Amino acid sequence: MSTAAAAEPAVDETPGVLDDDKLKVAIGKRERPARPGAVAASLTFGWRAMLKIKHVPEQLFDVTMFPIMFTLLFTYLFGGALEGSPTQYIQVLAPGILVQTVVFITMYAGMGLNNDIKKGVFDRFRSLPIWRPAPMVGLLLGDAVRFVLASLVVLVLSLIIGFRPDGGVLGVVAGIALTIVFAFSISWIWTLLGLVMRTPEAVLNTSMTVLFPLIFASNIFVDPDTMPGWLESVVNLNPITHLTSAVRGLMGTGAETSDLIWVFASAAVLIAIFAPLTMRRYSRL
Amino acid sequence: MSEFAIETRGLVKVFGDNRAVDGVDLRIAPGRVFGLLGPNGAGKTTTIRMLATLLRPDGGTATVLGHDVVAEADQVRSRVSMTGQYASVDEDLTGTENLVMLARLLGFDKGAARARAAELLDAFGLTEAADRQIKNYSGGMRRRIDIAASIVVAPDLIFLDEPTTGLDPRSRNQVWNVVRALVADGTTVLLTTQYLDEADQLADRIAVIDHGKVIAEGTSSELKASVGAGALRVRVADSEQSGTAERLLVDALGGEVNRESDGVTISARTDDPKRVPALLTELEREGVDITEFSLGQPSLDEVFLALTGHPAEAEEEKRDEEREPEVAR
Repeated sequence: MSTAAAAEPAVDETPGVLDDDKLKVAIGKRERPARPGAVAASLTFGWRAMLKIKHVPEQLFDVTMFPIMFTLLFTYLFGGALEGSPTQYIQVLAPGILVQTVVFITMYAGMGLNNDIKKGVFDRFRSLPIWRPAPMVGLLLGDAVRFVLASLVVLVLSLIIGFRPDGGVLGVVAGIALTIVFAFSISWIWTLLGLVMRTPEAVLNTSMTVLFPLIFASNIFVDPDTMPGWLESVVNLNPITHLTSAVRGLMGTGAETSDLIWVFASAAVLIAIFAPLTMRRYSRL
Repeated sequence: MSEFAIETRGLVKVFGDNRAVDGVDLRIAPGRVFGLLGPNGAGKTTTIRMLATLLRPDGGTATVLGHDVVAEADQVRSRVSMTGQYASVDEDLTGTENLVMLARLLGFDKGAARARAAELLDAFGLTEAADRQIKNYSGGMRRRIDIAASIVVAPDLIFLDEPTTGLDPRSRNQVWNVVRALVADGTTVLLTTQYLDEADQLADRIAVIDHGKVIAEGTSSELKASVGAGALRVRVADSEQSGTAERLLVDALGGEVNRESDGVTISARTDDPKRVPALLTELEREGVDITEFSLGQPSLDEVFLALTGHPAEAEEEKRDEEREPEVAR
């Protein structure tokens, strides 16, 4: 009496022969090399992130097409009204669009993590004797590549349509670097959500709900002076506002120290709260 | 150091108000196949996830290869592997990439990692599929790559969580071959299954688990013997005669008689096989047409029914089982 009758037998397409002798040899290998260090393990996971980009290039859509779309749309739609001309507006908008783009794509960190958990890949990693945060650090390394790529897309496009940063190469690099530092710190919120929530869609929806007001209630698109008083105070408390001002400063004629302090302080607070929560949750999954 | 590969005492895991694992005691000898048998949601997966250090027990203790799964999780991890619906491979990567990645994470250098990946793919008959993404693998290939991923460094103990669920018979046989090869090499295997014949085929000892509790444990013959010495099955040609046959079975054997859902198969347990020949004569005398008449050990299905009071069918899907991609039945 067999209960093993499969409903939908999965038929092998390849004749795949199991060679018992080879199997015996393969199974007999028990020597374990010295375990890799924290850096080597993290880099291996970073390599995995690169392979995923190679196999699923569609996932780069959000780091290429969206920034292009937003930059062009906002520049030509609002440029004339807000700053007199698109060329003038892009001087203000470019650093802001950069911040918006990079901060937006941080939310995929939580989605990717949630997907890995759902698919069971993470349990394999967690059952390995490796430095525990390595899979997470690897995901973040992969994100770093996406951040840089997205930044370059925004930068090149902005330069083409007339962005002329006074800060020169150094200022632009510093601006991008500051954005990425902040992006990493905010990523920890999404990794925590990725561990806690049930589906990747839920993670995405929650992060959108947080990010949308954060990004639009800032000085990225519009000068806060033109807003109602209450909104202006909110906008001035928003770390994204200070990040945008700092990046504008770095790419322009110099950043205000107070903005830089705001950015680093909020990054530190985000990491201090969400990194330990993430790691705690991760080790107790 | 314990003489057992795995020893658990009063292991408990609670999800909300669901006591998924409710006081499990297991003692598993090294170098053997131990089967954890039970329906969906019985607590099998949760149990082995705790043993594989993936889930923290809410109560009780467990040692694996002499190490506590909570306090010495790292030592446990360096000697066991887990394969199953959870510990899986990356579907977006190819077979080679997955194995190379795992080999690198286990400390192989680049060249050695590539060589080991190629060797494993060859041994598991996956060389042709080496450069295909896992999501394009068939169910059987998928299960083989899962197991290959678990023995990049051959572990002392391997957890196989429902290794053949949803596979066609040929792929299932291949997985069984791998399990036998692992044991022949001295690996301890703990496998979970909802298939009674799989436990029967592979496992030296079986624990039957239901509602988070171990309700019986022993070799498959012991479990069968605990239910009764023999099981008699009679199938009649005409369902109108099954009433007569049922009456004769009760008269001859004295015990309880079961009519199966097909209406023509009647089964009964008997402790005394010597009564059977007389029954056959009686059936003949009353003119009952018999198409099947067999006396044997009870099947594990019957054991399961006897032990749990319900057949070994899937219960309601529990949270921790719902991710199974292709549940058969």
